[in-house]
Amino acid sequence: MAAAPIVHLDFEKPLEELQRQIDRLRQLASERQLDVEREIAPLERKLAELKREIYANLTPMQRVLVARHPRRPYTLDYIDRAFSDFVELKGDRLYRDDPAIVGGWARLDGRPVMVIGHQKGRDTKENLRRNFGMPHPEGYRKALRLMHLAERFRAPVITLIDTPGAYPGLGAEERGQAEAIARNLEHMAALRTPIVAAVIGEGGSGGALALGLADRVLMMENAIYSVISPEGCAAILWKDAGQKERAAEALKLTARDLYSLGVVDEIVREPLGGAHSDPEGAARALGEALKGALKSLEGIAPEELIKLRAEKYLRMGRYIES
Amino acid sequence: MAWFRKERRPRTSARERLEIPPDAWDKCDDCGHVDLREKFERNFQVCPQCGYHRRIAARRYVELLTDPGSFVELFGNLRSTDPLGFEGYRERIETAYRQVGTHEAMLAGYGTLTGVELNLGVMDFAFMGGSMGSVVGEKVARLARRSLERRVPLVIVSASGGARMQEGVLSLMQMAKTSVMMAQLKENGVPFISILTNPTTGGVSASYALQGDVILAEPGAVIGFAGPRVIKQTIGQDLPEGFQTAEFLLEHGMVDAVVPRPQLAYTTAALIRLMLGLPPAGAGD
Ligand SMILES: [Zn+2]
Repeated sequence: MAAAPIVHLDFEKPLEELQRQIDRLRQLASERQLDVEREIAPLERKLAELKREIYANLTPMQRVLVARHPRRPYTLDYIDRAFSDFVELKGDRLYRDDPAIVGGWARLDGRPVMVIGHQKGRDTKENLRRNFGMPHPEGYRKALRLMHLAERFRAPVITLIDTPGAYPGLGAEERGQAEAIARNLEHMAALRTPIVAAVIGEGGSGGALALGLADRVLMMENAIYSVISPEGCAAILWKDAGQKERAAEALKLTARDLYSLGVVDEIVREPLGGAHSDPEGAARALGEALKGALKSLEGIAPEELIKLRAEKYLRMGRYIES
Repeated sequence: MAWFRKERRPRTSARERLEIPPDAWDKCDDCGHVDLREKFERNFQVCPQCGYHRRIAARRYVELLTDPGSFVELFGNLRSTDPLGFEGYRERIETAYRQVGTHEAMLAGYGTLTGVELNLGVMDFAFMGGSMGSVVGEKVARLARRSLERRVPLVIVSASGGARMQEGVLSLMQMAKTSVMMAQLKENGVPFISILTNPTTGGVSASYALQGDVILAEPGAVIGFAGPRVIKQTIGQDLPEGFQTAEFLLEHGMVDAVVPRPQLAYTTAALIRLMLGLPPAGAGD
């Protein structure tokens, strides 16, 4: 990851300026063998402060851009850093392997788990292979196969959610995209092993939820989770995808919104400047949160687990009885 | 008698036309066939010429799928709120209540069909495109719970463009909520028959609509996850003829049977009795 160019979002431009100043000073110092740490320290303090300020005041649409940031850590980045012993398992045993979803056995803090997540590509070539993290039915069917595998060996399931949505294409429809998602939901509701889901980037509608019905749902601070993309919502409601800021605001899709709506149980703090500015730190934070969530589910009998899971979802929704 | 009438071409003579008042005629939206309004009506709004299934109100499905006078509405007092403060939502809800009815996007209740008790939920596409928000999710969950507790079959007629975006992620969560209940029905062997009508897409197709023990579909109904427009936009070309229709899904193994509307009641009743181990209707009960 380190060799790739740094991508800055528009609202990160002031940070970029400041960072460049600091880098220039450092370079100058090393060329002329000067000690500039005294000059640099206040600049770095200022940089941290600016980061804190910018990230504390992101608009919902800016949050969407952070969640989609091309340098943001993806599922395999988190598996690399927060898990050990990962053995990837492929294929749905029915049609093919869908690279838009990855999964397999791994250890979290030494304990065997089944980890499954959407996987975006880092460059164009990989994105074409992984379909930009938009699964076909076989991806969801692979995920369900792995969940049942985990169930048989009494291992908890951890899912990492990061997708624009389930792929809306001919083959996907032909092979039953809706059926695959519906089946996952039904079986996850009845799975006799703990499920912890974490929204790490984009939680795009049903294609995200198909991995997201869980005992505990975590959400990274700058991740989003929504029934429809802001662009899609604006196009439908106002016939203008350009109104995406307005839609992003209205949809209440940030981690804080979802926490207050009772849809996510815990927000995972990201390093200053977002997960993309410090993937190591982000992975540490996520790893700790996942461990905590698993611990909170320890010792609960499968029947009880399923009952509690059902109650949690049956509470969701707002209506009045007149 | 029925076959006798079919022998004649369903065309009316000029003389007959003159004698019948103009508002007694109806025209098929698909093939343009003109016939007596009453004939369309008797055929449950299925074109007598081409078989095109015109959309009917939720109430009509209730009449179709329950014994006369047996239906009792349930949970009719559930009302949508505006949990996100979504601009324009409150007004749209008010208008829909006035124009369509207070049953929201689902008319729920219980009744009997050939004397067998069942719980029935019918989605109403006229109410904000049959979109599933908190009220629809709650009605489905309560109907399913009632089926579980009384061990009576559940029948749901779907017609929906998907989740209601004005309730944001809460509407998405209705997919999980309803799925939780359908899993419990399966676990306990309580029959769930899902009937798909035009259209059944998005969050509804990707949850309870495709979780039926038996899945029936009306002819020509568009069924899928993504809507045809979204797919067309994604792949940048026109969709093949008949793509995502009930017949297409049948061919691809996604539904059990395509059942014309006039036969829905018979098929549903037969299935329920078969699944419950009851004798056929009229066989000594
Ligand atoms: Zn016709």
